[in-house]
Amino acid sequence: MTLVRKMQQYFAVIVFMLSMNSAHAVIEIVITRGIDGALPVAVVPFGWSDPRQAPPQDVAGIISADLTRSGRFAPIKEKDLIALPHDASQVKFQNWRILGTEFLVVGKVGQAVANRYSVQFQLFDVFKGEQLAGYSFQVPANRLRRIAHHISDLIYEKLTGQKGAFNTRIAYITTGQQGKKPRYKLKVSDSDGFNEISILDSPSPLMSPAWAQDGNRLAYVTFEGGRSRIFIQYVNTGKRVEVTSYRGINGAPAWSPDGRRLALTLSKDGNAEIYVLTIASRQLRRITRNGGIDTEPAWSPDGRSLVFTSNRGGKPQIYQVTIGPAGAAGRPKRLTFDGEYNARASISPDGKLMTFVYGNKGIYRIAVQELATGNLTVLTDSRLDESPSFAPNGSMVIYATSLKNRGILAAVSVDGRVQQKLAVQQGDVREPAWSPYNR
Amino acid sequence: MKLFTQFAVMLFSLLLLTGCETLGGKGDADKDSEAQVEDRSTSSASTSGTGSGSEFQGDPLDDPGSVLATRMVYFEFDSSTITPESRAVITAHARYLASNPGVSIVLEGHADERGTREYNVALGEQRANSVRQLMSLSGVSGNQMQTVSYGEERPASSAHDESGWQLNRRVELVYQR
Repeated sequence: MTLVRKMQQYFAVIVFMLSMNSAHAVIEIVITRGIDGALPVAVVPFGWSDPRQAPPQDVAGIISADLTRSGRFAPIKEKDLIALPHDASQVKFQNWRILGTEFLVVGKVGQAVANRYSVQFQLFDVFKGEQLAGYSFQVPANRLRRIAHHISDLIYEKLTGQKGAFNTRIAYITTGQQGKKPRYKLKVSDSDGFNEISILDSPSPLMSPAWAQDGNRLAYVTFEGGRSRIFIQYVNTGKRVEVTSYRGINGAPAWSPDGRRLALTLSKDGNAEIYVLTIASRQLRRITRNGGIDTEPAWSPDGRSLVFTSNRGGKPQIYQVTIGPAGAAGRPKRLTFDGEYNARASISPDGKLMTFVYGNKGIYRIAVQELATGNLTVLTDSRLDESPSFAPNGSMVIYATSLKNRGILAAVSVDGRVQQKLAVQQGDVREPAWSPYNR
Repeated sequence: MKLFTQFAVMLFSLLLLTGCETLGGKGDADKDSEAQVEDRSTSSASTSGTGSGSEFQGDPLDDPGSVLATRMVYFEFDSSTITPESRAVITAHARYLASNPGVSIVLEGHADERGTREYNVALGEQRANSVRQLMSLSGVSGNQMQTVSYGEERPASSAHDESGWQLNRRVELVYQR
């Protein structure tokens, strides 16, 4: 990517300071790089049945923000909308064609019973003059944001052919001070940073949150009691169980695609090695045998192999090993050859791409590599980027970076063309993990 | 006699250095030569140690002027090799621990913020293990020592450049008292 092209892609910085539910709005999203020629789409503010009070959520505003965040759509500003229809009978396609609007989203929210709302929406192709999608839902008030993200997913899938990942969550670690002591928190929020909840609060370091495919269990590392331990916590109930607390390192948990096993790093046998733990039986199988560091395992989507970081060749690089019934099947194969420091890989849901931290000349950036060809693309341009995590549809990678010496989250599309920063307004935030699809 | 003592001290220092040079080796021969160094250190200390040692009151750990007051061992980037400057610090602590078998120590490994977090946990452990190995070769019993690695999670300095990183790539010697 040439510098000139990159500069062209830095168009006007768009800042969403979403005012709805401001008590829960902890993340400010700044699009720093977008696609030229994003699809113009009109998302009309949804109708609301009760003129005596304000609507409980700005559903259209949430959809509009989602579509903008993807970098693939350019929603028209509300003040530039020529009409405010709420259903098909009110839409005059010829008027929207004048604006060059290709797609139109309309809808309405009504109160069904106390604290229960009906949400209806329709998506139109303006030039063909036909409806592409239309749904209605009934949800409690606290699910209105989620239903708005779900509508964004339906629109995104209809218009791009790829499943949307807006109705998903992210887990991350924050640090701050409480008095003079550091405070570590494990938090979960919607993919747009709203509805943030803290699910663990600790004076000891917390690390490496990892989602199970069920979207409800998180594995992570704590240093409670002055030693490392791996826990599994249920996000909905907050209940947790300790999984390992061996002498030495208990780290880098990674769920198998079937949710029954964890790949992890233990040093109980002398130095950092990778093991696979079957959760129900607590059976442990050793995968690597090497005098160097072996850590940061991640599964291939078919569950048949692991990629991991090893310095067996002198410097950290990424290797892949096939998993058989008795542990490793065959010798690990080195995957990365470009760069001095390649680490913490994960594989895209379709199994085609690998993202990792690419370090060269003391600068650490997020890269993707095609597994079939080995072709590497560096996606980011700052100095200390880490912890890349694929969106469940594989379209974007969320990662941790720093801005003015503060840890923040950012996301970049896998082609590097769309980039955004998600700035938590207080403290340091790091180690984002993008959840699977909600079930 | 004085000349002989000087010679003995020189010989000891020389042997100590050679002993440490071969630290990376895993053969038994290395351990044997290291053990010999330890034997000579005892005899060497007895020939030269008529001064402060016997007059000293209390615990040398509390003496701010002692090399034992240094509780940090620093490392190069992505390395767990003990630097020549750190050897003296570690061997001094090792001598103290070997002669005080009731005292135990936690070796806390740390890394700077560059690179990935779990790799840095493993790197911090390698660093702690390097210190542990040198102490062990210097006669410290295994059950006096514990290691833990915090990786980059507990930086000593919050500076995001080499001024901070060099302080964060460390093993902290934490006495349990």
